Amino acid sequence: MLRCGYALFWLLGSVLLICVVSPVKGEAVVTHEGSHLKLSKSSHSNESQHGHSSNATGIPIISFKWHHVETSYLVAFWMIKEKKKYILPLANREVIEANHHVTSVIPESALLICFGFILGGMIWAADKVQTFTLTPTVFFLYLLPQVILDAGYHMPNKLFFTNLGGILVHAVIGTCWNAASLGLSLWGCQMGGAMGDLDIGLLQYLLFGSLMAAVDPVAVIAVFEQVHVNDVLFIMVFGESLLNDGVTVVLFNVFDAFVSLGGPKIDAAEIIKGIVSFFVVAFGGSLVGLGFGLLISLLTRCTKNIQIIEPGFIFVLGYLSYLTAEMLSLSAILSIVFCGMCCQKYVRANMDENSVQTVRYAMKAFANGSETIIFVFLGISAIDKVIWVWNTGFILLTLLFVLVYRFIGVFFLTWILNRFRLVPLEFVDQVIMSYGGLRGAVAYGLAVMLDENKIKEKNLMVCTTLIVVYFTVILQGITMKPLVMWLKVKRAAVTEVSLLEKLTNKMFNHTLVAIEDISGQIGHNYMRSKWKYFEENWMSWILMKPSARKKQDQLLDVFHQLNLKDAMEYVTEGERRGSLEFVRNENSIIDFKKKSESESFDINNANISNDHGVMSNTSRDPIPSVSLEMHEQTMKAVREAEAINAHHLLDQHLYKSRKQHRHRFSRSHFDINRDEKEVQEIFQRTMRNRLESFTSAKMGVKPPKTIVKHTQKEQQQKMPNGKSMDKAKTSYSGDEGSEGDSASGYDQSYMRATYRAGAGIENPAFMPDLDPMDLLQIPPWLAESELDSSMVALSHRAQVGLPRTPSNLRRLAPLRISTRSTDSFTLENIPDTQQMDSDQLPPPPPPRPPRDDGYV
Amino acid sequence: MGSSSSSRNKIPNAQELMDQTGFSSAHLLRLYDRFECLDRDNRGYLRQDTVDFSSFVRILAHFRPTDRNRNKEGTQQELPNSRTRKLKFAFQLYDLDRDGKISREELLQVLRAMLGLQVTEEQLQSIAERAIQEADLDKDDAISFDEFKKSLEKVDIDTKMSIGFLK
Repeated sequence: MLRCGYALFWLLGSVLLICVVSPVKGEAVVTHEGSHLKLSKSSHSNESQHGHSSNATGIPIISFKWHHVETSYLVAFWMIKEKKKYILPLANREVIEANHHVTSVIPESALLICFGFILGGMIWAADKVQTFTLTPTVFFLYLLPQVILDAGYHMPNKLFFTNLGGILVHAVIGTCWNAASLGLSLWGCQMGGAMGDLDIGLLQYLLFGSLMAAVDPVAVIAVFEQVHVNDVLFIMVFGESLLNDGVTVVLFNVFDAFVSLGGPKIDAAEIIKGIVSFFVVAFGGSLVGLGFGLLISLLTRCTKNIQIIEPGFIFVLGYLSYLTAEMLSLSAILSIVFCGMCCQKYVRANMDENSVQTVRYAMKAFANGSETIIFVFLGISAIDKVIWVWNTGFILLTLLFVLVYRFIGVFFLTWILNRFRLVPLEFVDQVIMSYGGLRGAVAYGLAVMLDENKIKEKNLMVCTTLIVVYFTVILQGITMKPLVMWLKVKRAAVTEVSLLEKLTNKMFNHTLVAIEDISGQIGHNYMRSKWKYFEENWMSWILMKPSARKKQDQLLDVFHQLNLKDAMEYVTEGERRGSLEFVRNENSIIDFKKKSESESFDINNANISNDHGVMSNTSRDPIPSVSLEMHEQTMKAVREAEAINAHHLLDQHLYKSRKQHRHRFSRSHFDINRDEKEVQEIFQRTMRNRLESFTSAKMGVKPPKTIVKHTQKEQQQKMPNGKSMDKAKTSYSGDEGSEGDSASGYDQSYMRATYRAGAGIENPAFMPDLDPMDLLQIPPWLAESELDSSMVALSHRAQVGLPRTPSNLRRLAPLRISTRSTDSFTLENIPDTQQMDSDQLPPPPPPRPPRDDGYV
Repeated sequence: MGSSSSSRNKIPNAQELMDQTGFSSAHLLRLYDRFECLDRDNRGYLRQDTVDFSSFVRILAHFRPTDRNRNKEGTQQELPNSRTRKLKFAFQLYDLDRDGKISREELLQVLRAMLGLQVTEEQLQSIAERAIQEADLDKDDAISFDEFKKSLEKVDIDTKMSIGFLK
């Protein structure tokens, strides 16, 4: 039943395609007979006849210009088809389940290849000739760069550089080993006669080996994204797949040159040149990439006024880095990877939130699109009779050797590496690493680039490459997940950010640097801290906007993110209860900065990508590309306008009100009007609440615990200057006292605790009736704002023992209620209510009941 | 090393130290050399007579990488580089007055030292408050060692608090 819907959908698509293709086919038949139909056919040969025929019959009112749009049409069509898988399910639950079921078993890439087979078959049937093949130019210049740029931009830098040694060893030595062993073994087998009669020399075998050796980044991403293995394992395989391009390019070019030169001309000089060229290609490519990365960072620093086209620069410059390296025959993949890795931090810091989001989504979209096209093309290319040459021995032996040598290579290299690593790679991890050595489109592209004149058996090689690619992507892709589960490989940890964790991590880093210093060794951490120092003081200075530089701290990020999360929860909680009262007052909702809303989503993602990013699309926190799913969830939370309003209001309170407090110390200067209104409104509301709660107080309804919590948290916020620190301390003790008290019995003891505070300092933060939101713990920033106004009365009460001249009050206000800096402001602002209070307040020490009455 | 036995004699309680900390004798020698290097006045103590060589070694032993093949005997727990001991060490870095709890003020001090230049005092307060809120399970407004351990259970202490060459 589930599968039915899904299969139906596929069928529908295929039928549509056939309908499109068959008129073409029909036309092909018909035009051969020279009819006057206006439909044109896919091959260009009869164009003139067609044009001629249409002219002869008069002006066409409407004509079907298939050949005009054919290529683009088909490409767009099958891309939509692929994406429909995601769109349709939103409407139909069964299809969702079917979809998940299928893609959880079979990786998308395998499905795409199969689809490519079908498509290729259809086109083949229609045309008898394969019009669509993956040409190297299209692949290397138009399809591959986006995928790699995406990989580089979202690369978890810290993880990558920590494991860089291992990655490099595997990429360079591993690839060389793969190439050499494969070539030599095949050649040996041919000498031994296992493959029948083939005209391939040793050098050609080596060339073939070099193009087969490279682990493909596209395939690795495609397969590993469904299997969430632990970070280290993933970065080892993925990093290797990216970095081995340097080696592959060199090997391919060197052996290609050797093949042209022929055997006898190769001497030591050539070999040395080959080795030198490796270094040049690899480092040159990286440097080009780094240069472009720095250029992008510099550019984003200066583009404050053209935020709309900022994202465009990244793509264009990234692509340029690829092309430049390609032009200089350096490693283009290395170039674009390093470009992405270098610029990610500065781009995220410099650009506006919206631009960052745009870049992220666009990159993902392009990368996804390219991947889709690549795999479909891989499928289509197979259905081409022209290229098929079958040699059982060659193909099977290649497959066997590719697998076996991969395992041997990985195990051997890891054994060596483990002696130097702090955290050794486990056995099962190594198995997965070997099994994850997938070949993909890069190998195919290189194979197609072989020169037929020099290499007679090019078609055989192309076929073999295709078969190996299918084997690895489809078979190994499908079996990867079961294997991971069977071997109980450590999966990626779902992390929740916690302040204490982050803080302790930071502290550990510092400690380790200190210990390294003490023990006199220059270790990993020392280098890292030196780099950080250099980076913070020099590079950030040049490449980051000054405003961005100030905000650079992970701990603050975590804190900010947690605050926002709380604010969101508060909003949803409040809505559940029916209202967010202060939202009702339209006047207080002013000046929404869209920034803070998008900031919340971005903080989620940005912070997360700070931690570690693993590239896959699940709802795991650390993934940058999780954006779509998480984004939807958070969007649901904020959908109503009121929610957004409240959120913005909270955001203002979070950071703005502190500054406002500070302003208020200057008695000659008032803040902007809206704050007054806001505070006034809040004050009035809390007054109302207090009235209500006093009545309910008599019945002993509310538990004091939450109240006390508020006070404590409250105390936290209000320490704007050193002087108040002591006050805070004493009011702490006041707190403890009051806590102890109210924790014990409870009746109308709201007021009692207030006067318990030692040293005559009232605990002005003690707000007994501060729960309009019942049991919901009020986040400090909100509590603070409410307390602002409600403080008016209490603070006054606090000074009950003193002569109540206005000047006195003002003088004393900052001292006594140092935590309530709003006092001077509110005092001035609401003199009338104060008067009312002062008239009604009896002198201290006050018994409660009269106080209550008096207050009311 | 030819002079190993004689050097070892210079180190008091060498065997005992080796047993307690798990260092090998070569390591111990290296550490002794370093100690002597740091101890310029040759007083036998670092830092105004508070740290002698055995304390030096004991503290550094906390940073040895944890042995992966954990044998379940009781002795493992006593080695300074077990996870619990490492955590305890970290805990003591916060808990300056050694009362077994990290109070808000202590946390603030650490925060101030790490972030002081970049953030305002109020934000530090909020962060400290928040951190305590997250970790404090029994609501005593301080973080005890167990709460500390619990909140860091996801962090890979073994890796984070280890220095490779101390193996």
